Amino acid sequence: MEPLHPGSAIQLEDVTKVFDGVVAVDRLTVLFESGRTHVLLGSSGCGKSTILRLILGLLPPDGGTVRVGGQAVDASGRPGLSGRMGYVVQEGGLYPHLTAYRNVSLAAEARRWGGERIRARIGELARLVGFGDGILRSYPAELSGGQRQRVSLMRALMLDPPILLLDEPLGSLDPLVRADLQQQLKEIFTPMGKTVVLVTHDIREAAFFGSTITLMTGGRIVQRGSFADLVRRPASEFVTAFLSAQAPTPEMRELLH
Amino acid sequence: MMRTTPPHVSTPGTRRSSGRAQAITALAAVILPLAWGQAACTEARPTVRVGSKTFTESYILGEIVAEVIERTGEARVERKLGLGDTGIAYRAVAHGDIDLYPEYTGTLSQAILKDPSARTVAEIRRELAGTGLTLGSPVGFNNTYALAVRQEMAKRLRLSSISDLTRHPELTAAFSSGFTDREDGWPGLRRHYGLDLADVRVMEHALTYEALAQGEVDVIDIYSTDGKLERLDLAILDDDRQFFPAYHAVLLVREDFISRFPRSWRALEGQLAGGIDDRQMSRLNALADLDGQGIAQVAATFLGSDGPDDLRERRLVRDVLDLTVDHIYLVLVSLGAAVLLGVPLGILAARHEGLGQAELVAVGILQTIPSLALLCFMIPLFGIGKLPALVALSLYALLPIVRNTYTGLIGIDRQLLEIAGVLGLSRWQRLTRIELPLSSLHIMAGIKTSAVWTVGTATLAAFIGGGGYGDLIVRGLALDDLSLILSGAVPAALMALVIHGLFELVDRVVIPKGLRKTLSTSL
Repeated sequence: MEPLHPGSAIQLEDVTKVFDGVVAVDRLTVLFESGRTHVLLGSSGCGKSTILRLILGLLPPDGGTVRVGGQAVDASGRPGLSGRMGYVVQEGGLYPHLTAYRNVSLAAEARRWGGERIRARIGELARLVGFGDGILRSYPAELSGGQRQRVSLMRALMLDPPILLLDEPLGSLDPLVRADLQQQLKEIFTPMGKTVVLVTHDIREAAFFGSTITLMTGGRIVQRGSFADLVRRPASEFVTAFLSAQAPTPEMRELLH
Repeated sequence: MMRTTPPHVSTPGTRRSSGRAQAITALAAVILPLAWGQAACTEARPTVRVGSKTFTESYILGEIVAEVIERTGEARVERKLGLGDTGIAYRAVAHGDIDLYPEYTGTLSQAILKDPSARTVAEIRRELAGTGLTLGSPVGFNNTYALAVRQEMAKRLRLSSISDLTRHPELTAAFSSGFTDREDGWPGLRRHYGLDLADVRVMEHALTYEALAQGEVDVIDIYSTDGKLERLDLAILDDDRQFFPAYHAVLLVREDFISRFPRSWRALEGQLAGGIDDRQMSRLNALADLDGQGIAQVAATFLGSDGPDDLRERRLVRDVLDLTVDHIYLVLVSLGAAVLLGVPLGILAARHEGLGQAELVAVGILQTIPSLALLCFMIPLFGIGKLPALVALSLYALLPIVRNTYTGLIGIDRQLLEIAGVLGLSRWQRLTRIELPLSSLHIMAGIKTSAVWTVGTATLAAFIGGGGYGDLIVRGLALDDLSLILSGAVPAALMALVIHGLFELVDRVVIPKGLRKTLSTSL
């Protein structure tokens, strides 16, 4: 498949990150190819969120290099890359003092877009996530969890970045809303051809989204591949143990028989 | 209860008044233009500024001086009565903010010149040579410390002098804190006479009379022109071994005043030199302290004139209105300066970890410096009046603003700040659109605390001639006039309530709606 944003591959080379003597990312080398949806799977504390923050340049690596589109990420050079990456976190990370609309428009305001252009773009995004009038006039505290995540997604997509980094975006939603939003997200991502890196600890979510799944533990990669690869050809006992720790999905059952 | 504080108790940098503060001169740059705008309005006829300290006797002498000068028609008189203490009054006259005020020889030699050997008026004049200050002739009375006992006990134990007390070590005493602290008070007296008393309690001076009358104690310290001496059944013990230094009342005056207003000076010397003895001063003090007469009334009685034609109530209402304007001005300008300085300092503290801690400690120390000491420091820099008061009040108001700005900023969820970076906000945009609005609840709470606090501390401005409700309170305390105290204290309390209410409204404008919603849902 020809990627729509050819220059947006993300490459980590021998990257290490240590927090207070605890190794969060351990000499990790991985390539997230352009234009595909990648899932970083693992239990909490395995280093997957740290990887996103290294890619964003929010943290400097203690060793190795992070490249985005072939260009090394410099922890101080965020403004250069900021327009190219959208970021969604678990609780949405919305600013409570701003309306949903202002949360979404913030990045464009910082770049001095005109009001008309901002309105037009927000109109497109609202249609994309299925928001009617009114919702965007609300403050985050007035929205449901699912609505907040949609606003957060709109904010991440505002500048139409080629890369989208999602850190447990559905982690705090109840199951029904979650299933609904999963479906919607997939419908949004697939035609856009963005390079998506989604972090989750949920196997079903990984199976649902990931064209490639990277299973991690202790700051290292255990196995990379499709969901079917992980199930049928587990690289180690850990893979099988991790997969079977959660209730098997219909897809898993299908694959296993 | 300043009324009962003897003049010589006040020394520079007294610890008596609770207070806080320090001196950052940078603040002056903010306030200077505002305060001078006010000061510049009154220059036409030559003006004489008459000062006094904050006890009845000093007020009465100051008022007499003012009226004598007014009668000559030589100059307009501005009354700067009720300056905080010796340090403030002396600095004010030395700095030229006032032209003269009544002082005492003992205070001059002990507290101002710090040379106990200069005792007489002539000796003190010699020491003042070259400072631009000099003394008038002694007024006549000697307001010194003395010890008093109940008349009945004096007869029974045959006590007539301080030496007689050595025969009665079973007696107990209550002394004012000034007297017990000072070398020319109880510690020195005790050594000088070889005294030993069964129990020495430290008590507010006003309460010692009652304690003596009730027989709870046997000996108290008094001062020799005390208005109560006229009315109470006290025996004063003779200082037979001449321990207490003399405190002859005398005008401390700028030499240039004498040359600019010779007629006024002649009139003052004619009226005051040797004009008031101990008994007469004691009577005048009693008129003000015990009979509730106004200072102007007492001064008129002494000068043999009719006294103020204004009704006291009318004058009071006018005073309260004038002083309300003063007080609002003091609060708003000093609070404004404190916000302009405090919020940036809070931001700076939040940005730099080490600097932040040092800054908070420094601002905290400001609060521990006694207010009178701070006001004293201000005089060489800013003179007396509104300006030094504004600088001091702004410094007092800093702490809650700096601390709350700092706390608000460092309390912001880190993730929200990271997202601002990811969204590409510049440092300035991050500060103005994210950080300050998110900490606005804290910052506004700090400003509100400072505002209410400043309404209270602004009453201290009166000690330095800055006006405001403190004027009435200080006068009322000096005269033991409860209605006068309340006429300052009640409006100040009301103003604090009004300001608090206004800030509730300001909150609605300043604090983003979304934050108030978050707050109500999270409670």
